[in-house]
Amino acid sequence: MTFELFIFYFFAAIMVFAATGVITSRNPVHSAMFLVLTFFTCAAIWLLLEAEFLAITLVLVYVGAVMVLFLFVVMMLDVNVEPLREGFVKYLPVGLLVGVIMLVEMVFLITQKYFRADQYPIPERVGADELSNTETLGRLLYDNYLFQFEIAAIILLVAIVAAISLTMRRRPNTKYQAPAEQVGASKEGRLRVVQMPSEERS
Amino acid sequence: MDGLILTFFTLLKILAVVVPLILCVAYLTLMERKVIGYMHVRIGPNRVGFKGLGQPFADVFKLLLKEVIVPTNASRFLFLTAPILSLAPAFAAWAVIPFAEGWQVADVNAGLLYVLAMTSLGVYGVIIAGWASNSKYAFLGAMRSAAQIVAYEIAMGFALIGVLMMAGSLNLGDIVRAQSGGIFNWYFFPLLPLAIVYFISGVAETNRAPFDVAEGESEIVAGFHVDYSGMAFALFFLAEYANMILIAALAAIMFLGGWLSPIDGFGDGVHWFLIKTASLLFIFIWLRATFPRYRYDQIMRLGWKVFIPVTIVWIAVVAFAIYFEVGPWFSTVRSGGI
Repeated sequence: MTFELFIFYFFAAIMVFAATGVITSRNPVHSAMFLVLTFFTCAAIWLLLEAEFLAITLVLVYVGAVMVLFLFVVMMLDVNVEPLREGFVKYLPVGLLVGVIMLVEMVFLITQKYFRADQYPIPERVGADELSNTETLGRLLYDNYLFQFEIAAIILLVAIVAAISLTMRRRPNTKYQAPAEQVGASKEGRLRVVQMPSEERS
Repeated sequence: MDGLILTFFTLLKILAVVVPLILCVAYLTLMERKVIGYMHVRIGPNRVGFKGLGQPFADVFKLLLKEVIVPTNASRFLFLTAPILSLAPAFAAWAVIPFAEGWQVADVNAGLLYVLAMTSLGVYGVIIAGWASNSKYAFLGAMRSAAQIVAYEIAMGFALIGVLMMAGSLNLGDIVRAQSGGIFNWYFFPLLPLAIVYFISGVAETNRAPFDVAEGESEIVAGFHVDYSGMAFALFFLAEYANMILIAALAAIMFLGGWLSPIDGFGDGVHWFLIKTASLLFIFIWLRATFPRYRYDQIMRLGWKVFIPVTIVWIAVVAFAIYFEVGPWFSTVRSGGI
């Protein structure tokens, strides 16, 4: 066993353990933290493949941004797990059905003649020294697959607009601040200096 | 055998970065107290050692000897993991920082991306600490700080996009080399709005005054680390200061030419990097002594409605300038092969 293989098994074992933890832990916050660990070890395995750009982006986007927001929501909601567990037996048949379908699909894909990994040529390995990951990906995205890339960008934009418009509610009685007005407020607009003669002592 | 020697040397390099870093953190705390003291017309700590120079060690030993208390009903494992989660990324990011030509632990191609990824992990320590201590104040502090860090991280990332567009590389060493040729080639001038946005976002990202609502002593006691004591608290403290030094070092590398001397080819070296970083750290402390704390909604407005639009506009400006080959944004000495 080479050192590289040892590292791979090490990270793979952690990843499987963490992925199991996601679905078995009772506390949703613990589940979210296990998911973070899964992503992190996945990035480590990608690093072994010399896919440094993808690995670091996985950490940056999923661990650094998506999971933070996810954790945020899970903590704020304070989900009570007990009522969710009561429905376990009721939903068991549906869950089993979905599980079995997925298992059959996976087995089918793996054992099927046309989809087996040995049917495909091994991708040519370009070392990180010759051409950096970032450059390779950039060339592919902006030269070969420009349209697909732009379409994906527009779909994301539509999703952002949809998400914002779903949560946008006009509430007339809410008070908002207008910083421009606050900054523009002057003494003349607020304060009236009155001249008056002093009162006679009674 | 070669692998063992390589591992040994890498470990030595890591030690050579981490040990001075911890010492820097220790003396940064002293510097902060002294500088703020003089700005308030006081003397600051001057009892331990010569002119108070032993103060950081006194503080460390005091914290080491104190008991670490785990609150009742706290999630014990996460409570004790949180300080490590906030300290580890703060140190790990130093792996790719070039101190001088060739002086770095790992010369990574996607170095800038790595630094961004590591700094974005620091928020977990804060959130987990707030949640695991099972206290309302800690939780409020964690929520505030998480929202703030997420908001300012975007502005910070956008500010760095301008830098990598000009340098044509994600490698931090290449970014510094692209700024060679005297003080007027540093990115501080052509990317002035981005540099300012970056530095202010850095202050907000490290939860320092005037953006320290996560601590907010007057409202929520001390924020996410209310319930921490002894060494666990010291680790949070260490992480905050290590992050401060990291932000200052990154600003020095990306906008102030890193190890390059202001006069072209005149004594480049690690001393310039240290001088620039130290000056930026002084500004951090200066800000704390000068400004009152921002209100929470003002922080959010500044992040989302001011900084992000500013960076987007300036990225467009840089992009057009590079496309139409307008100086100083377009330069033929760019190191990237694009």
